[in-house]
Amino acid sequence: MFEDMVTARYYEERLQEEYLEGKQPAFDISAGPIPGELHLAAGQEAAAAGVCQHLRDSDTVTAPHRPHHVAIAKGVDLNRMTAEIFGRRTGLSKGKGGHMHLFDPDVNFACSGIIAQGCPPAVGAGLAATKRGEDSVAVAFLGEGAISQGAFLESLNLAAVRELPVVFVVEDNDWAISMPKDRVSDVADGSRRADGFEMPGARVDYDDATAVYDAAKEAIGRARAGNGPSLLEVQVHRRMGHFMGDPESYRPDEDREAAQERDSIERLAADLRSEGVEDDDLEEIRERARDRVDEAIEWAKEQPKPDPEEAHEDVFVDPPSGVTTDEPTHEIAGGDD
Amino acid sequence: MAQKESQQAVERELTMSRAMVEAIGHEMREDDEVFYMGEDVADYGGIFDSTQGLLEEFGRDRIMDVPISETAYIGAAVGAAQQGMRPIAELMFVDFFGVCMDQIYNQMAKNTYMSGGSVSVPMVLTAAVGGTYNDAAQHSQTLYGTFAHLPGMKVVVPSTAYDAKGLMHNAIRDDDPVVYMFHKRLMGIGWMPAPDGPKTPVPDESYTIPFGSADVKREGDDVTVVTLGLHVHRALEAAETLAEDGIDAEVIDLRTLVPLDTETVLESVEKTGRLVVVDEDYRSYGVTGEIIARVAEDGLADLEAVERVAVPDVPLPYARSMEDEVIPGTDDIEAAIRSVRS
Repeated sequence: MFEDMVTARYYEERLQEEYLEGKQPAFDISAGPIPGELHLAAGQEAAAAGVCQHLRDSDTVTAPHRPHHVAIAKGVDLNRMTAEIFGRRTGLSKGKGGHMHLFDPDVNFACSGIIAQGCPPAVGAGLAATKRGEDSVAVAFLGEGAISQGAFLESLNLAAVRELPVVFVVEDNDWAISMPKDRVSDVADGSRRADGFEMPGARVDYDDATAVYDAAKEAIGRARAGNGPSLLEVQVHRRMGHFMGDPESYRPDEDREAAQERDSIERLAADLRSEGVEDDDLEEIRERARDRVDEAIEWAKEQPKPDPEEAHEDVFVDPPSGVTTDEPTHEIAGGDD
Repeated sequence: MAQKESQQAVERELTMSRAMVEAIGHEMREDDEVFYMGEDVADYGGIFDSTQGLLEEFGRDRIMDVPISETAYIGAAVGAAQQGMRPIAELMFVDFFGVCMDQIYNQMAKNTYMSGGSVSVPMVLTAAVGGTYNDAAQHSQTLYGTFAHLPGMKVVVPSTAYDAKGLMHNAIRDDDPVVYMFHKRLMGIGWMPAPDGPKTPVPDESYTIPFGSADVKREGDDVTVVTLGLHVHRALEAAETLAEDGIDAEVIDLRTLVPLDTETVLESVEKTGRLVVVDEDYRSYGVTGEIIARVAEDGLADLEAVERVAVPDVPLPYARSMEDEVIPGTDDIEAAIRSVRS
């Protein structure tokens, strides 16, 4: 759990460095080796690590637009994920998806850049497991800003009435881009939304990975045993802007500073030390994480860029006959003169 | 004196987002029933600067941040509009239409018709469109054709600051639902450099640009290029390059898709005999096909050659090399113009 968290944190620090290359001095989102938006999850590691500890490769996870920490905790191939973020051919999605659209079927991981839209597919994974008589479970991660979405509420209901093995994990970082949580919902404790669907709901405060681990153990255990879905809300913090380049002018300084101070990784490290784990051991884990991340980034940057023509592939698994995927023919249509 | 002041005002250049915001601010001052609802439109000022500065003047009751719940707030705009208010609702990225399409195409667009004209829905739905910044398939579409295809919505796509302001005035005053699609790359946002073209002189005072009036952004005799949005600027760039080789392209900016100014297109094709249609939407069943069909229906005799330049039917890829491949570039437009000339 600690290793997943430090890996995720260091990974994002390195991505941040790489992302900013070529984008300065005047920030240009489309410049540099990592294009497009980049949503970093620094401060949210406890939720992913605590939950995914209980998952197997055969269990499904759907992540939102801020997916790296969840992907790392779920065991997504780090090299290929990094290559994807750099837009390389050997990336998880051959350079077509990018950082918000990571798919690793080997560990049943997927994500969507559209808020709450990973919830229904998680319900579907739970449904498939139930139909096949398997004991795998599905976990849908979403932010607290997404809890007003129909897709989330409808998914809770469907999972509840079908008693499906799904756990909904709300990462509450207090901010939906520029909207503070108290202006998104009148219900401060998001886990209470579970009440409306007669399913168990729990909330973990204070970025506490151990408490997340315990709460997730119960929820996932319940799902795996065939006792239906649950909702888990985890308090985390957003140390960064919503996306890289976000000036955060809407955010009070105190809030930003508080997010920096409340560090789930330091909290877990302190817990581990109090349980007798030596500093050297923790440092060894950190070092191993750094090596792995550095290697992944180095590997990714050496990977080939896709040929432009590859853009035309993969629209369908196998283009059925009659489907036009050809280049424009540039044939000239003539009039009647 | 007034003349002189107005002249000075016209020399003032604005970015497309400033021009759009100016029109919204003006209409909100004139009419208390106008309000703006959307995600991150208040404190943030719109992710693409679509409401920059409006919160300070109008406050939270009229510049309303809403929870991420498009079905609820876009549907609420429909309801408020049916009560006679004039809401503007922003769909942050047009790609998000999927989470709220029922409210858009079954409610907003159809209620006037289904009520036999007894209900009107005087709202504006704004949405950011377009790629060219490597954000992949869920945040880069234009979807012009989707909205223009479904009846009941007027569809507006400005390409310059001047047009953005005039069309926005018109959109807010219109008694029908108007979908106002602004291209991110044209807005003049700090973190996404815009080409020079969209920043134009904009008068201080309000003015409207009638819907259904295309604008000839460049006159020419040899080839008619019909386009909209970002690709107006790419087409103009291609036209300038081709002018050096003695090819004189006329560039028509459609500005609105519904209603569509077929007349201006037909007149131009009558003059040039050659047509290239360019857009950033998918190739099949879209704007390019529609324009060509209309010219074929009413101006076939004038038409010597035709070609379309659009996104081949693939979702927008992430990696830069592949995105450049599918989004039509200036060189693609240039090649198409040369091709219909040969």
